[in-house]
Amino acid sequence: MSFKDKLLSSYIGLEDYLEFDSPLHDVRNNAIKIFEEKGFPTKKDEEWKYTSLNALLKPDYSVYSTKERNVELKNVRKYFLHEIDTYKLVFVDGVYSSFLSETTHDTLDVCLMSAALNKSKYKAVIEAYFNKAAKSDSLTALNTAFTKEGAYIHIPAHKEVEKPIEIINFSTGNEAAMFLQPRNLIVVGENAHVQIIERHQSLSSNAVLTNSVTEIFAEKRAYVDYYKIQNDEASASLIDNTYISQQRDTVCRVHTFAFGGNLVRNNLNFYQKGENCDSTLKGVTILEGKQHVDHNTLVHHIAPNCESHQDYKGLFAESSTGVFNGKIIVEKDAQKTDAFQQNNNILIDDKATINAKPQLEIFADDVKCSHGCTIGQFDEEALFYLRSRGIGLKEARALLMYAFANTVLESVKIPELKTRINKLIANKIGVSLGFEL
Amino acid sequence: MLKIKDLHAGLDGKDILQGINLEVKAGEVHAIMGPNGSGKSTLASVVAGKEEFDVTRGYITFENHDISELDPEERAHKGIFLSFQYPVEIPGVSVTNFIKTAINETRKSKGQADMPASEMLKMIKEKADMLEIDRKFLSRSLNEGFSGGEKKRNEIFQMAMLDPKLAILDETDSGLDIDALKVVAKGVNKLKSDDNAVIVITHYQRLLDYIIPDFVHVIMDGKIVKSGTKELAYELEEKGYDWIKEELV
Repeated sequence: MSFKDKLLSSYIGLEDYLEFDSPLHDVRNNAIKIFEEKGFPTKKDEEWKYTSLNALLKPDYSVYSTKERNVELKNVRKYFLHEIDTYKLVFVDGVYSSFLSETTHDTLDVCLMSAALNKSKYKAVIEAYFNKAAKSDSLTALNTAFTKEGAYIHIPAHKEVEKPIEIINFSTGNEAAMFLQPRNLIVVGENAHVQIIERHQSLSSNAVLTNSVTEIFAEKRAYVDYYKIQNDEASASLIDNTYISQQRDTVCRVHTFAFGGNLVRNNLNFYQKGENCDSTLKGVTILEGKQHVDHNTLVHHIAPNCESHQDYKGLFAESSTGVFNGKIIVEKDAQKTDAFQQNNNILIDDKATINAKPQLEIFADDVKCSHGCTIGQFDEEALFYLRSRGIGLKEARALLMYAFANTVLESVKIPELKTRINKLIANKIGVSLGFEL
Repeated sequence: MLKIKDLHAGLDGKDILQGINLEVKAGEVHAIMGPNGSGKSTLASVVAGKEEFDVTRGYITFENHDISELDPEERAHKGIFLSFQYPVEIPGVSVTNFIKTAINETRKSKGQADMPASEMLKMIKEKADMLEIDRKFLSRSLNEGFSGGEKKRNEIFQMAMLDPKLAILDETDSGLDIDALKVVAKGVNKLKSDDNAVIVITHYQRLLDYIIPDFVHVIMDGKIVKSGTKELAYELEEKGYDWIKEELV
C-alpha cells in the first residue's frame, strides 16, 4: 500500500472519532478530498521542481504513536531557551506533554489545539480563523484533514506578552518511522505583541517526517516576531507550511534558521490584507552532507502602502542542496508597495548546489520592487585582507562565512536567542576564533 | 631587513613590476612615489603575498629569509604589515573581535597561548587613545560604513596592535583631511623605532611633511627610476613626474 493509500484509509478510521456535528467536519472532509485528488506533489509541479519527496515517502510511517514515551527534562533541556523564562508548548511524538509544558489561560491563551477544537468557549475563534489563511494545496489539506493537536495561542487586544512562547515538537524514535502533523493556530489581537520560537527536534536516528501547518492572524497594529529553529537530526525531515494574514498597520517577522535535518521545505506565505503592513522574512541556511533545504516564500501585497523585506543567506558545503524560490505578487490596488528581496549564497564545495528563483508579479504601476541574488565563492580581496593580518586561510574562510551569516542576526530581538544562534552558526562553520561569542 | 632583488611580477603573464631593486634597513623610513599605474600598489601587494600576482623573476628576502613562496599569513607572522589603500568591509565582525583574532592567530603561529583578555583590553584602550579612536567605534562592524578617514585610522590602529617589524602604508593619506592625516602620522611616528621600518606609498608629498622619509624612490613603469632623500619629494611636488621621464630619455 502506498503512503497515500495508507493515509486515506487511516482517515476513514479517524472519521469515526471526530466531532461529526462540528463545522470542522466538513472542512476535514473537503481537505481529504483535495489530498485524494492531488496526492503528494511531484517534481512535475512547478513549485516542487527542485525538491523531490519520493525518497521521503518510502518508509512505512506510523501515523499515530501507539506507545507513549516519556522524555526526561535533563535530556532535552538544551533544546529549550532555558536561559530565560518562557511559555512552553511541548509535544512528544505528536502528543502533548504537560510535564514539559508551561501553558496559561491568564489573560492570554497558550494551550492546546485539541482543547480548542473540543471546548465550546473556543468555538467562535475556531470558526472565525481555523483554515482561513491556509492554502488548499495537497500537503496543507492533508494536515487539515488530520488536525488533532498543536499549539493554540490567542493573544487578546492590547496585550503585550511578557515572555516568549516556545513550541517544541520532539520525536522519540518510538516507532521505526513516524509521521507527524502538528497544527498551530495563532491569533494576535489588535495592538497585541508576541514572540514565538518554534522547533522540531528528533531524539533518535529513526526516520521522522513532519508536515506542519501554522496559521498566524495579526489583527490591526499587532506585532508578531517568530523564530524557526531547524537544526534537526539527519534522519528527520520537515515540511513547514506557514500562513500569515496581516491586517492594517501590523508588523510580522519570521526568521528561519535552517542548519540541519535531512530534507526541509519551508512554505512561508505572507498576505498583506490592510494598509501599512510590514513583513520581514529572513533566513540563514548552513548545510553539509546531503542535506536539502528548500525555501519557498510568498509575499502577497494586496493592500497599498505596505513594505516587505526578505533577506536569505545560504552556505552550502559538501553535496548539500539549497533552493530559494521567492515570489512577490503586487496586486493592482497595492500601490506604493515597497518590496525588497535579497538572496545571497556561497557554495563552499564543488558538489554543493543552489537553485535560486526570484519571481515578481507586479500588477500595480507605482511600486518599488527590487531583488538581488548572488551565488559565489569567497571574496578573494577580503580573504587577502584577513590573511595579511595573520589569520590563516582556513580561519579566514570561517570568519568570512561567520560574518556572512551573522548579518541576518542583527534583527533577532531576543538577546539570549541571538547568542544561541550565534553559537550554532560558529559551531556549524567550525569557527574557533580568538573571541567569545 | 627587506631586500628586493630584480623583482618581476604581474598578472596573466603581463609583468607590472619590471625589475625592482630595493633595500630597507631597520630604523629607516622609505617613501615610494610615482604616477598612477606605475606599480606602487602592486609592489605593496606582492611584498605582502597577494596570490593573484605571479612573481616571474627575482626574489624578496625578509631578515635574510626568502619569503617569495610564503602565504600572506606567514609573512604577517614574520612581522610584515600592509595598510590597505581600500580596506575591505567585513559586516558582522567587530573591530575588536577582528583584532583579537588577528593577534591570537599570530601568537598561535609562534606556539604562544592566547593573549589574556585583560592584557588585550588594556592594549586596545592604549592604542585607541593614541589614535584618538572612540571606544564605540571598536564595537562597530569592521570597516562597514566607515568614512575614508575612519578606515585609514582603523588600519593604523591594527598596525599599532600587531606591532610589525615592517609596515607598508599604501596610500594611507588618500581620503584623509589634514587633521586625520596628522593623527595618523603621529601614530606612525610613535610606533617608529630603530628596530622597525616603514614604507610609505603616496602620490603626494603632503604626508611626508609629517612622516619624514630617509629615502624617496620614484617608480615608473614598474621600475625604480630615481632615488634620493626627502628633497626629491619636494621636487616632484613642484615639477610633477614628466621631468624624470625626460631625464630618462
